Amino acid sequence: MSSRTLSYVLAGGALVGLTVLAFAVGRYPISLSEMTSLLLGQPVGANVETVVLQVRGPRVLAALVVGASLAAAGTAYQGMFRNPLVSPDILGVSTGAALGAVLGIFLSLGVFFIQLLAFAGGLVAVGLVYFIGSRLRGHDPLLALVLTGVVIGTLLGSAIALLKYLADPYNQLPAITYWLLGSLAAITPRDLGVAAPLALLGLAPMLLLRWRMNLLALPDDEARALGVDTRKLRTLVVAAATLMTAAAVAVSGIIGWVGLLIPHAARLLVGPDFGRLLPLAMLLGAAFLLAVDTLCRTIATIEVPPGVLTALIGTPFFLWLFALARRSW
Amino acid sequence: MIRALALVLMSPAFCASQVPALDASGREIRPPVKVERVYAAGPPASLLVFAIAPDKLVGWTRAMRANEAPFFPDRYAQLPELGRLTGRGNTANVEVVLNAKADLIVDVGSTGASLASLAAQVQEQTKIPYALFDGRIEATASTLRSLGRLMGNEREAEVLARWYEKELVEAKERVSRATEHPLVYYGRGVSGLQTGGKGSITVEILDFLGARNAAAEARAGLAAVPIEQVLIWNPEVILTTDPNYWASVWTDPRWRSVKAVAAKRVYLSPNLPFGWFDFPPGANRLLGIWWAGKLLYPQTFDFDLRAKVAEFHRLFYHREPSAARLDALLGEPGVLAR
Repeated sequence: MSSRTLSYVLAGGALVGLTVLAFAVGRYPISLSEMTSLLLGQPVGANVETVVLQVRGPRVLAALVVGASLAAAGTAYQGMFRNPLVSPDILGVSTGAALGAVLGIFLSLGVFFIQLLAFAGGLVAVGLVYFIGSRLRGHDPLLALVLTGVVIGTLLGSAIALLKYLADPYNQLPAITYWLLGSLAAITPRDLGVAAPLALLGLAPMLLLRWRMNLLALPDDEARALGVDTRKLRTLVVAAATLMTAAAVAVSGIIGWVGLLIPHAARLLVGPDFGRLLPLAMLLGAAFLLAVDTLCRTIATIEVPPGVLTALIGTPFFLWLFALARRSW
Repeated sequence: MIRALALVLMSPAFCASQVPALDASGREIRPPVKVERVYAAGPPASLLVFAIAPDKLVGWTRAMRANEAPFFPDRYAQLPELGRLTGRGNTANVEVVLNAKADLIVDVGSTGASLASLAAQVQEQTKIPYALFDGRIEATASTLRSLGRLMGNEREAEVLARWYEKELVEAKERVSRATEHPLVYYGRGVSGLQTGGKGSITVEILDFLGARNAAAEARAGLAAVPIEQVLIWNPEVILTTDPNYWASVWTDPRWRSVKAVAAKRVYLSPNLPFGWFDFPPGANRLLGIWWAGKLLYPQTFDFDLRAKVAEFHRLFYHREPSAARLDALLGEPGVLAR
């Protein structure tokens, strides 16, 4: 077995193992026999069914979807922008989503509308960046896009700051802070039912086109010589990455690290070829966020913000991997 | 000669400042002899200054909204918006504070070192005496008296302080007679998954009422908890301040099996003109004590809530609510019954 295949097998195995573990543990104790009965369709206590089907199950699946989406979007962007420091937020999707959510909280809307505004905010932000960035002629198109993303991102960030400043300090401000910290604590089956299809809708074209994505890293004229319209391909990739990130962030809030460093971890294992990289990055992203979220909901009576743990666990893991691997970027 | 001397001694220039008084953070405050205009740095302070001497309050921290204004006499509801000065996020501009020509700045709430140093700094900058007082429920009477002394309204403040003390003692006595103590969970935010542990300012009312707070073990402060944890606690009563959460809890399958939901004992705190239960953390929470007391210990909190609320409004908001307004306040779905 080649080391690449081994990477897939290990990552896939870890994912399956973690998923089983994640279903088995939680603040609400559920025994193995109760879990088996539930799986076999035998009658169990009402609470067991609620916990597994309404609370823990959706949360585990959401962690998988959000982790995979963020990692995939990060991988696509890092390849496309030929830049190792790029994260899914480079074109403003999370900042736009954050502004939408903060506006929803500021207006005292319900969960559904807060999520809707977050999702729409992410799409609108990237749409705006793409619209402006692609009209700035006379520059490298990628550079124009990145710079527009940074500038618009800062603008949206200041709008968030303004809303925080104006928000009610006792009630809305803590709610905004919690949202910006990110969490999978409030996931419901309905959230998952809406976010997962949208994320998959974004993932599908990326997976189908993954072999062609390498061409995005080439300068436009070279790619054209190979018969590929990079502009069209780039638009498609940005649309797909935005769709899945916006869907993920709308239900989870902002969770950093995954989209930035998981692609690197995957690249250290299988190299830069996008066709091989994408599936592994998705497996690793899903497994990593699931591991982190499982800790978040089990280690204390209160929730631990995932952003804290992603960095706390991810950083040493990443440095270890980096020291171990010999492969260059 | 003696008369001339007396005149000099009594002239405003001579007695520009009184004997210094100590505020709750131990700082010396020298208010002018006649305090006519008071700037309240946050909602809990606004509320007390307004209760003691409404004509001395120079403005609210935030303009009254259309649904809040009818609870106050018109001329006070229209007071200008001046911003908050301390606490989480300053919105007040020091020049606005100066322009308000206040004789005294007061803040009621935490009296810790960071707020004390901020008060000292603003006082240095503006030359307006800046006093800090304790905002805890059980310190309300003493804070009222201190404020009254600084503002030159001892008599008004004493009436309010005595009444407040009497009400708290009476509530405590009702608590002590209660035999059943249901397990209660306070759910904040749209998901209802934020709460406060024992000692948290957010659940000061629960601590005052000696209630069995399901989340007592959570940290003292605002805390996010997993819903699985709430299912384990399985509270018998849920109190909330969030109308979105209250409305969704009945149909959300995750909450269905919680005892409080099954027994239809999830209650929504009124929030007009100031919140009753949690925020702002001021004297307004006496309303929350009565409300939560009635919901937790219905046998001993067997008084007429309407009359009590009307009395609080008359004393602290200077306007007795009409019967229709009281009906609207207490008849809101979730306040006392679903």
